[in-house]
Amino acid sequence: MLTRHPIAENLDSLIACRSCDLLLDRVIPPPGKVARCPRCHHVLISNKRNVIDNTLAGAVSTAILMIAAILFPFIALDEAGLHRDASVMDAVGAFAEGWSAPLTIAVAAFIVVIPVTRATALIYALLPLRLGRRPASGAARSFRLAMALKPWSMAEIFIVGVAVALVKVTDLADVSLGPAFWAFSALIVVVVFENSTLCEWTVWRLLDPKRR
Amino acid sequence: MDCMATAGPQETITAREAGLISCENCGTLAPMGSPVCARCEAALHSRRPNSAQRVWAWWLAGVICYIPANLYPMLLTNTFGRVSEGTIIGGAIELFEYGAWFVAVVVIVASVFIPVAKFVVIAVLMLGVRYGSTLSAHRRMQLYEITEFIGRWSMIDVFVVAILTALVQLGFIASINPGPAAVAFALSVVFTMLAAQSFDPRLIWDTLEEPQARAQS
Repeated sequence: MLTRHPIAENLDSLIACRSCDLLLDRVIPPPGKVARCPRCHHVLISNKRNVIDNTLAGAVSTAILMIAAILFPFIALDEAGLHRDASVMDAVGAFAEGWSAPLTIAVAAFIVVIPVTRATALIYALLPLRLGRRPASGAARSFRLAMALKPWSMAEIFIVGVAVALVKVTDLADVSLGPAFWAFSALIVVVVFENSTLCEWTVWRLLDPKRR
Repeated sequence: MDCMATAGPQETITAREAGLISCENCGTLAPMGSPVCARCEAALHSRRPNSAQRVWAWWLAGVICYIPANLYPMLLTNTFGRVSEGTIIGGAIELFEYGAWFVAVVVIVASVFIPVAKFVVIAVLMLGVRYGSTLSAHRRMQLYEITEFIGRWSMIDVFVVAILTALVQLGFIASINPGPAAVAFALSVVFTMLAAQSFDPRLIWDTLEEPQARAQS
């Protein structure tokens, strides 16, 4: 173990930039403002209002919309008297045959499993805080999981893919959109909202066992 | 609008130079040598271990997969018994010919421009860390942030194939099936995302640090 630098005595008054490792005095910005690293301009703390409420709202909406997106018809195609329905699960299963089978698992993970897991993990970690209780055991691990999965949650990319596919198909046949399509579209709005209201630093401070 | 944090006790001292590790996960500071974060239980590293090797390994895997992704067909379209194969570029050109130029641009950007730009940016960042760079640290930091943010959007084309395959199954009239390129392309996107995630942005700034402190960790 290396010797500690004299300034490292009161660690709670300091913060290191996650992006460039610069050591700074920790100044919590006023609500609605952002503290950035003076060297690399990375956001250190964004003091968002109602972080817990907004994140929970986003997670619960995600879970409900995902259930709707799976249960209801997604898209239907009509051509020359033939009718074809496709649900979200059909899209997941598109690669199920032959050598592309592993891609089915990946697509299922990207558009359904990971978004739902993230929502569940966020609810598990944050709901006790909202109710004024102590964080559940494993809350830290659960929130960490939710953050690690963030880049792999691709529901919003899927819906853009659907839009592109629709353009390719419209002159081939009549396409009609089902409720699941709109549920998925609403999901994008929720994801964008959630990402813009979540300040990791604030949540970690609230989850800290030492604070309780 | 933005409220800058005040600079630390000394103008530019890093956590590592102060003998501290900042938890990558939750930002808590711990003395150098602590194995696990007291707050979130994540493993602590002053810098991500073997970052360079991991980045290059994922990068190479991504580049290799990107080659078959472009050579093989992405879509196998069967209309009235006639099978036509569509590659990534071919599909975009077809969209241009339909007059759907906006969607064609989306496809080209997501499937060609973003992946290639990511390969170049990651290589530039890695070579910059190793040999120094003519680009400023700020510029490289911006490149890194853009790369991390935008990489996942390349997955669009895989989802397009999934939806078309699920939807267009009208027997003899028209059916669409995925080609080998769909798998190669999905792998390429995943590998490049992992390459970008393995990159430790702090390495960009470390070259500005005292050589003595770098030797310590």
